[in-house]
Amino acid sequence: MKSLAGALVISAALAVPAYAQTIKLIDVAELSGSGATVGTNFKNGADLAVAEINAKGGILGHKIEITHMDTQSNPGVARALVQKALDENPYALLGPGYSGSVKVTAPLVAQAGIAQVMGGEAAELTQMGIPTLFRTSFGQQSSMPKIAKYMAEDLKAKNVALLWVNNDFGKGGRDMVSKELQARGVKIVADLSTEAGQADFAADVVKVKNANPDAVFVYLNEEESARALKELRRQNVNVPLVGETTLLGQKVIELAGEAANGARGHVGLTVDAPIPALQEYGKKFQAKYNYIPDHNGIKGYLGVYMIKAATEKMGKLDPKGLPDALHGLTIKTSAEPGILLDLTIDKNGDLDRESFMGEVVNGKQVIKTVLPKLNP
Amino acid sequence: MSNIVNLLLAGLATGAIYALVAIGFTLLWQTSQTINFAQGEFVMLPAFFVLAALNLKAPLWLALLIGLGASLLVLGAMFKLIIVDPMLRHGVLPLAICTMALSIFLKEGVKESYSAEASPFPSLFPSGNVSVLGAQISIQSISIFVFALAAVYLLQAFLMRTSTGRQMQATAQNPSVAKLLGIPVERMILYTFLINAALVALASFLVSPVYLAKFSAGETLGLSAFIAAIVGGFNQIRGAIAGGLLLGVVDNFAAAYVSTQYRGAVPLFLLIAVILFRPQGLFGRAEERTV
Repeated sequence: MKSLAGALVISAALAVPAYAQTIKLIDVAELSGSGATVGTNFKNGADLAVAEINAKGGILGHKIEITHMDTQSNPGVARALVQKALDENPYALLGPGYSGSVKVTAPLVAQAGIAQVMGGEAAELTQMGIPTLFRTSFGQQSSMPKIAKYMAEDLKAKNVALLWVNNDFGKGGRDMVSKELQARGVKIVADLSTEAGQADFAADVVKVKNANPDAVFVYLNEEESARALKELRRQNVNVPLVGETTLLGQKVIELAGEAANGARGHVGLTVDAPIPALQEYGKKFQAKYNYIPDHNGIKGYLGVYMIKAATEKMGKLDPKGLPDALHGLTIKTSAEPGILLDLTIDKNGDLDRESFMGEVVNGKQVIKTVLPKLNP
Repeated sequence: MSNIVNLLLAGLATGAIYALVAIGFTLLWQTSQTINFAQGEFVMLPAFFVLAALNLKAPLWLALLIGLGASLLVLGAMFKLIIVDPMLRHGVLPLAICTMALSIFLKEGVKESYSAEASPFPSLFPSGNVSVLGAQISIQSISIFVFALAAVYLLQAFLMRTSTGRQMQATAQNPSVAKLLGIPVERMILYTFLINAALVALASFLVSPVYLAKFSAGETLGLSAFIAAIVGGFNQIRGAIAGGLLLGVVDNFAAAYVSTQYRGAVPLFLLIAVILFRPQGLFGRAEERTV
């Protein structure tokens, strides 16, 4: 009996440090609903990074344990799940991917004082003064000026129609791009909001045609982008269709088929970029999940590596110190190959790194130009 | 002019799909006096039967036949035998609640077993446009409209001109008298469920290339068809057809000429107006109940 009790005490003593040494990450993602493509890619990317890091011994010798929660693409559910996640005392939080969900969850995470490394792109997210919020991709304030410049200077567009989704993501992009276009003397001749999950774009495209634009800016989520592209092609809209990352993404190309050909725009992250590390990552991802990742698949992967780099900079596991370690951090691929592209995080949690201009050609995204970091 | 033709035909194509689904509502209402709240998911599921068959390397024509067969079995016969028959004994309300549960089960089942993401669905018709009154109309829109209307016409012809169709009508009007007349009422009710399964399968095959195959695809369709059935008249097939077509056209014109932001509200305004001024629906028959 005594030996049994002794064994229990020893096991318990051994078990506690082992549990404590695990780095617990919780990913709150859109695994179903309209954002399922976003969340599933983000989750798979994060899982791949965790598996790689654990295989190499973890972060500072500690293994990562990641769990995923499904927001159902609903900000209300996201908020409840983030509260639940915080109750489990994670080291850091990953996600959500939808800007609306990030907006309602970020204040909760800020109260807990831990880092939230998310996928939202709405410009306002990092302008809310929340010190614990970090992007994994460009915000709209970084990407939209590049798109406006491309339409005004490269396409020489004088009149542009805007087709955008009426949520935080779409509205943020529309506000930013219309401001940038107008600053360059480009006239907005149609400004059309659409609903998330909308199936029929016939009426919207009739309005686009009636406005007779030189180019159309399409800023919708994945499925809606595919449906809109099909309808734009069906109604013979032959002017350039310009978007940001999503419009040229793998899922949109798969869903829209031939209608995606000719779509062009700015791409923050893509495995088709002429960067060997990104291409290699694309192959790894495809080998594991049997499909080509979109930018969200890269975001999830980079998010975990951002946490790793900042933790190694601190030299200790300090969840509340992690946000400070991330601010101002520059991560070079020479030191951390998992970061794929040299990256600098500013004081607001925004990123600076290389990006790309691309076009869909024969059902494949082709990168035409590599744009340098804003502050090399 | 070309815009109007374009919007009209696109609206009619969408409306024809609503009509197919709405007819299912009226058929089940006539035979079991209940509302199938899983009707939208019934439209979503056949597309996944087809995709599953395509994944097993079946050619498209065979995959469509498998999809139709599986729909007749699962959404027709099994739905009646496993859910409707046992639940109807306990009254209409438990059955209605049961179909709500079925709706959730089907959605979650597809999400877990297939994918939460949208999947492309092969088009049954060639892409490209034809010129109608100066407007470029997609062959797909015209084909959807023609196929859906042909299905409705065949159904009407079957119900009006065949002995089985008349027996089904008699069963719908008064099952007790139909039984006294020697009509196999149970079999007629089963036929109704099989026809509903065939209609939703057709709607699924027609709409999925445009709407994409997704576990949640039935939510909007089910709601729109439900509104169409009420607007047209819940107890008349012609009402469901008229309601569906009207809703599709009104939705498109409202989005183009009123407001894209409020397009979702327009069918609901239509619904309220019909309930206020013609509660039996545009083509429905007023039903009286003895208290």
